[in-house]
Amino acid sequence: MPDQPRIERPHPERPQSEKPMIEIRDVTRSYGAFKALDDASLTIREGEFFSLLGPSGCGKTTLLRMIAGFDNPTSGSISVGGQSMEGIPANRRPTNMVFQSYAIFPHLNVEQNVAYGLKRLKLQGAEEKRRVEEALAQVSLNGLGKRRATELSGGQRQRVALARALVMRPKVLLLDEPLSALDKKLREQMQVELRRLQQAVGITFVLVTHDQYEALAMSDRIAVMFGGRIAQVASPKEIYQRPVNRQVADFLGGMNFVKAEIVEENGASLVVDTLGFGRVRTDKPKAFVRNGGGATLGIRPERLRVLWDNATAKFEVAGKVVERHYFGEITHLIVEIPGLEKPLSVTETNDFGADDIPVGTSIRLAYDPEALVAMAD
Amino acid sequence: MRARSRFLPGGWLSVYAFLYIVFLYLPVIFLPIFSINTAPTPKFPLTGYTLQWYEDLPRTPALLDAAWNSLIVGISASVLSTVLGILAARSITRYRYPGRRAINGLIMAPLVLPEVIVAISMLLVMLQLGLSLSLFTVVLGHVLVCIPYSMTVLTSGFEGFDRSLEEASADLGESAFGTFRRVTLPMVAPAIISSLLVCFTISLDEFIIAFFLTGTEATLPIYIWGQLRFASKLPGVLALGTLLLVASFLLMTIAEILRRRAARRTQNEGGLYA
Repeated sequence: MPDQPRIERPHPERPQSEKPMIEIRDVTRSYGAFKALDDASLTIREGEFFSLLGPSGCGKTTLLRMIAGFDNPTSGSISVGGQSMEGIPANRRPTNMVFQSYAIFPHLNVEQNVAYGLKRLKLQGAEEKRRVEEALAQVSLNGLGKRRATELSGGQRQRVALARALVMRPKVLLLDEPLSALDKKLREQMQVELRRLQQAVGITFVLVTHDQYEALAMSDRIAVMFGGRIAQVASPKEIYQRPVNRQVADFLGGMNFVKAEIVEENGASLVVDTLGFGRVRTDKPKAFVRNGGGATLGIRPERLRVLWDNATAKFEVAGKVVERHYFGEITHLIVEIPGLEKPLSVTETNDFGADDIPVGTSIRLAYDPEALVAMAD
Repeated sequence: MRARSRFLPGGWLSVYAFLYIVFLYLPVIFLPIFSINTAPTPKFPLTGYTLQWYEDLPRTPALLDAAWNSLIVGISASVLSTVLGILAARSITRYRYPGRRAINGLIMAPLVLPEVIVAISMLLVMLQLGLSLSLFTVVLGHVLVCIPYSMTVLTSGFEGFDRSLEEASADLGESAFGTFRRVTLPMVAPAIISSLLVCFTISLDEFIIAFFLTGTEATLPIYIWGQLRFASKLPGVLALGTLLLVASFLLMTIAEILRRRAARRTQNEGGLYA
């Protein structure tokens, strides 16, 4: 299989269906006075790789467990494949789950683990064997069927958990932080594999994660959640480039925030005055709701480029390097700009010698006004 | 540290260790040795080798009665304390609630209470309740002393039982009963069998509580104690004691093997992540 591009979305090879697979309507889950999930509504489409992203305690796992049937909404409704899930226990739902701990049955071998759910279907012996082998091949575990769970590495256990769920041919595969127990290298490898697997089987995947890079790399769409509420639902690119508020922007990697005064507002665009960047016209985000005369502009550190020697750009700001941090392939510069209350973070690749810029140097930074995103205060 | 010192190459420490083991087990070794001696008095030098004392055992009706009683008491006490232990161990390992540790401590307490005090207290309670002393009261007493052992074995088997295993089973379409049969039971069965064996062994060997709480029916240890008054019966007692010793040793070994297997099953998560 040739390497597939990791970040290119949407995938041209398999057009997205617009048909809803999971519909979550006004779902609240309360524990006494505490609301783990607060009036959440969401539609997940058929065949989509969808991620629920947020810090721990944001309600993402609660939502996943309610889709699986391990928990029930205090109010609101969940339907899967057009069928209401109310009163339907976990063992009769068209969903299967990959648990964070993998939950491999330790008293059974790999084959018996994968065949566990098939036993209920009373398949013919040969048919069951064929499906188990097919599932093991899908996760590249051929030949390990007789191994005991205790003899497997973490990565292999995870593949068993995947095979055990996929063999049931569910409408929806739920994944609860499946990669969090793996080391970095294996995690990145599994991200690619999971994505490929999802494309191959075409099943709707719902992934819960607190790792923004994981969500960005794998998903068709992401829901970012905070404190039991869904803050934004969009494609990875849009979530990263056009976050609806500072919280979302902050959670998805570094972001420089600049105070702005709104000068002009119309349907599609926004003109603001800032101290460092002067007067800027930007796209008005769909979710922008004006709150007084102020707003916040954000720009990602990698969207600021160092201007070398006498190079000029149409849009530039001047400042002084106050800190420099070396990270191998990139260098992280902290640049003080006159008029800005906080210095800007700039990440620059090292191919032109950003790692050699001495602290104290005066430099100029180029930016594209398109990269400036307006957020309501 | 020198590497050599790790292997106890002679020196005082190994002498101490040797004496320690001798002190612990020498008396126990005398029992089987004298039980095959032809002379009825336990004295060196040995006069000859015989299995006569063992052959006499099945021909002693009082002994057979006592063995039968011990079997009934042992089975009842082990089943009862294991059932109670399962409930308590499940609660202690599965749920978090106020007083959990205190309750655990109270359940384990009979382990360190002086047995004679426990026996007298139980006797008082039984009499107050108007129960006449019988094998039934012995069973109750044995349940009390067995539960801490049962709890120890069962909690080590249940501890770390990943709740998501049961959820995974439900997720794969299995009913609640099916989950119990196909996941929960196979996972904890070794611990349960181990608990039964440990409790049976303890009940089989227990003397003080049985002595206070039994009426006219003797269990094996009480029968042995009664026989000690007659010098001529001593070889039979030694033979019987040897058999009890072997039985206890075997049962406890099997129980420990099963306990470890159960603990391995439930605790194999973690450690292997790579």
